[in-house]
Amino acid sequence: MSQINRLNGGLVERQTLLNFTFDNQSFQGYKGDTLASALLANGVRLVGRSFKYHRPRGIFTAGSEEPNALVELRRYARQEPNTRATVAELFDGLEAKSQNRWPSLKFDLLAINDRLSSFLGAGFYYKTFMWPASFWEKVYEPIIRRAAGLGNISFLEDPDHYDRGFLHCDVLVIGGGPAGLSAALTAGRAGASVILADEDFRLGGRLNSETFEIGELSASKYAQDAAAELESMPNVRVMSRTSVVSSYDHGIYTAVERVSDHLPKTPQGKPRQIFWRIYSKRAIVCAGAIERPIAFENNDRPGSMLSSAILAYANRWAVAPADTVAVFTNNDNGHRTAYDLIAKGVTVSAVIDTRLNAPKVNGAELLAGAKVINSKGRKGLRSVSVRLQNGQLRQIPCGALAVSGGWNANVAVTCHQNNRPVWDEGLTSFVPGNNTSPGQSCAGAARGDFSTAAALNGGARQAISALDDLGIDAKFENLPTAEDVALNLSPFWYVGEGKGRAWIDQQNDVTVKDIEQSIQENFSASEHIKRYTTLGMATDQGKTGNVLGLAIAAELTGRTIPDTGSISFRPPYTPVAIGAMAGRSIGMHYRPVRKTPFHKWNEENGAVFTEVGNWLRAQWYALPGETHWRQSVDREVLAIGNSVGIADVSTLGKIDVQGSGAAEFLNKIYTNAIAKLPVGKCRYGLMLREDGIAYDDGTVARLADDRFIVTTTTINAALVYQNMQFVRQCLWPELDVQVQSVTEAWGQIAIAGPTSRRLLEKIIDPGFDISNGAFPFMANSELTICDGLPARLFRISFSGQLAYELALPPRFCDSVMRILIELGEPLNAVPYGIEAMNVMRIEKGHATGAEINGQTTALSLGLGRMVNKTKDSIGNVLSERDVLSDPSGPMLVGLRQLEEKVPIVAGSHLVNLQEKTGEAESQGYVTSVAYSPNLESTIGLGFLKNGESRKGEIIWAVNPLQGEEVQVEVTNPVFVDPEGERLRV
Amino acid sequence: MIIDHPLLGPRDSQEFTYLGDATLLNRPDWKSENSSNEFFEYLYLRDNPAGPHRELWYHTYGDQSWLIVTRDTVTHEISHVELANDFKRKRGKGA
Repeated sequence: MSQINRLNGGLVERQTLLNFTFDNQSFQGYKGDTLASALLANGVRLVGRSFKYHRPRGIFTAGSEEPNALVELRRYARQEPNTRATVAELFDGLEAKSQNRWPSLKFDLLAINDRLSSFLGAGFYYKTFMWPASFWEKVYEPIIRRAAGLGNISFLEDPDHYDRGFLHCDVLVIGGGPAGLSAALTAGRAGASVILADEDFRLGGRLNSETFEIGELSASKYAQDAAAELESMPNVRVMSRTSVVSSYDHGIYTAVERVSDHLPKTPQGKPRQIFWRIYSKRAIVCAGAIERPIAFENNDRPGSMLSSAILAYANRWAVAPADTVAVFTNNDNGHRTAYDLIAKGVTVSAVIDTRLNAPKVNGAELLAGAKVINSKGRKGLRSVSVRLQNGQLRQIPCGALAVSGGWNANVAVTCHQNNRPVWDEGLTSFVPGNNTSPGQSCAGAARGDFSTAAALNGGARQAISALDDLGIDAKFENLPTAEDVALNLSPFWYVGEGKGRAWIDQQNDVTVKDIEQSIQENFSASEHIKRYTTLGMATDQGKTGNVLGLAIAAELTGRTIPDTGSISFRPPYTPVAIGAMAGRSIGMHYRPVRKTPFHKWNEENGAVFTEVGNWLRAQWYALPGETHWRQSVDREVLAIGNSVGIADVSTLGKIDVQGSGAAEFLNKIYTNAIAKLPVGKCRYGLMLREDGIAYDDGTVARLADDRFIVTTTTINAALVYQNMQFVRQCLWPELDVQVQSVTEAWGQIAIAGPTSRRLLEKIIDPGFDISNGAFPFMANSELTICDGLPARLFRISFSGQLAYELALPPRFCDSVMRILIELGEPLNAVPYGIEAMNVMRIEKGHATGAEINGQTTALSLGLGRMVNKTKDSIGNVLSERDVLSDPSGPMLVGLRQLEEKVPIVAGSHLVNLQEKTGEAESQGYVTSVAYSPNLESTIGLGFLKNGESRKGEIIWAVNPLQGEEVQVEVTNPVFVDPEGERLRV
Repeated sequence: MIIDHPLLGPRDSQEFTYLGDATLLNRPDWKSENSSNEFFEYLYLRDNPAGPHRELWYHTYGDQSWLIVTRDTVTHEISHVELANDFKRKRGKGA
């Protein structure tokens, strides 16, 4: 019983037999088949269950507009749900499964929904599952989701690679049918750079499905020759298996190329798909047209198909969906299908034509002025009931029905930039509106030129016009003669007769009744109908159903179609895998990992890393035997207090500011006076946003009259630099100043602790004096170390200890670190990470991003005096606003935990002790917490209303999420060495 | 979108960071008597035109220049691009 429905001829390669399975049953097809054509060849009509009612459904179309035949392809990690069988290219070993059925496709328990359909119409879910509200998420939604399903995903990581790519061209031709081929040939022959993209694996579009001739050639041979000529042109890039899915501003399009989807396995080194971004100077949309059905009762049986699809299966794939086919049409295209079927030896049991004056059919019975009112055959069409022109009812046997209600120009891509299509009454189709996207034109059936001759002509004309815009000469060459007949369509949308359901949108199970109900409840605008009924949603976006639904709504309300509404399409045209858009930017490749020049040394010495602003920073350095991070961090903190510690601080943003206006420039950037900073000195600097909120802080070191090095926090490095460029270019461009980020140009280490100077002296070259007298606190100097190596030394301290920061060219960082650790051994030098740094800065009350959090001001940070009122600086004026300068507002305070219960956590609220914590007004919040091994207590920083005057008060730190409350004492934010004596020794 | 950079030619807008209305160039005088109100208006009160709009874009993944881009907010047509630096200096001389 192999390929019982296979006919003679066609464009399949019969010498290449391919094995595949569908629901674990083995079948065979040929190279050139789609899964859909191969299934039909094997007599398989039932391929899926519908979304809502679990109705048995078959293949409806022969292209990407398919609403029904969604299948799951492949297995395990490569399992891919919701693939349209009509575009899945057959390969040897393909495994496919039907979806949305249990336990099997032929016997689906949820088909009970179909029996209950009178309760399940549009709006049912909205109205029914209202109460109780808490049931929605936990009960209703999971049940509905399970019942109203599409395919399943594997939840395994996709083993294939996806790429993103960029292309440029003079002319992008979207679609490789007659219009697209003609446009690409015209532009290609004129020497323009051309990209021709088509979603099919064989160029030609409808030409491959027709039997007429173009010039002396069969239509498909013409397409084949045109494709070969285009392939031979070096200035033309032919991209088959490539769907242009979106159109964006200024000629940018995106497209998905299915590089390996048609192969059993993605070849080594090749991507599965490529997501292209195409920059075009001109684009010509030649996307063809999509046939539409006619709605009648039970018009969704497996075997009921679009007429053009049956034509394509017969001519291109040499397949008849059944041995007896009936045709239901309101135009001459249905007749063409009948003739081609008859020529292939398929029995056409009747041509049912709604037109009274329908032309005669040789070889089949014509029922003019008749209409199909119902059908039989639950799992596969057996017959249709026809209301004859004289009112009699007649059963016509058929295993398949070819339905043609006319054609809709495929305007989707022309709509992406808000160009609304307009209704053409003569064509009974929407066509692209006048407000076309700049650089975009449209040719062939996509703009309503439905005949082949008109498509060839339109493609060439549009190409010439596009090239003319670009100043490229192109000649109009004589086109071969081609089919040029009219459709002779007489509009007919739906059969009113019958009580059952007539389907409009098969993917979403939307029927004529649903539209009626929507209108009845006053959802009668097209956008409302869509949302009320789900018409036009999901994977096919209503490619076959939208216009039909709109036309029926127009008839039901007695309006014209333009008065009822319009259609529009958003990108993407067809579904795109998120993986293709992500390309290689997945997992660790999602964003860059930045490593400091000390990274190798850090790794070798037990560093545990965390990510800060993409940088990998050492949190602490675990020694053998240390099992808890606190052991390492406490040890590091205590060691720095007693001897010396070394930390990698390379990640701080570093900006080099130069020019005769540099000092004045920095005066604008920072709130405090920088201009008077002497050469060879450093100063702590605070930046505000223009709205007066604290922005960032760092140190400013003056290397020369006209040169400064400033640091930023790690996180804000790029933003502060951008902001400095703004101030330089947009606010004070007359200043002679240049700024350059030099973050990566220098590695930097902090050397902190009472013996830090002794350690440094071991590597500083003779001739440089760093004694306390010669190089006091806040000094800076350019010097050499280790016998001639240039370096910069800053005597600044984040830790509160006697400390230095040493900046080095990156290539020497690793060896200098190794030398320092070796020379530091007698001094008990230890490396320390950012956790120890954090403990020490909390002990000193130094603010970081936790405190400079976008809600705090210089005043609330206790830095009010840093805002110099005798000069202009960013944020100075607005920082004086009442609400920001209220002294009883939140102020930075220290917090010492009094009870040794659970440690307080950052984010906890501060609440007055005498109040019930659950009901009290929050007095402030905790920003940072650490265990201080020096104080042997948990301490923190936070903001407290009127905090300045509340030192010594005991309050609650409340963490409502965990139900915890702990008593804390409000203290000075500087816990250790408040006079700063250690810094200056 | 494509932004025609005055120095670097046409570049994809993905290389840029958007800031907002180009009136941000007109920072008030901090010494003005009414400076608080002027700064408030400068920072918060913007026109929101449906049509041509002068706005600031920063060439983050490029040369770090700030551009004044005149873009139609309805059609996204970009009719003019200039360096903020040049514009501001030119205006400074005329004033």
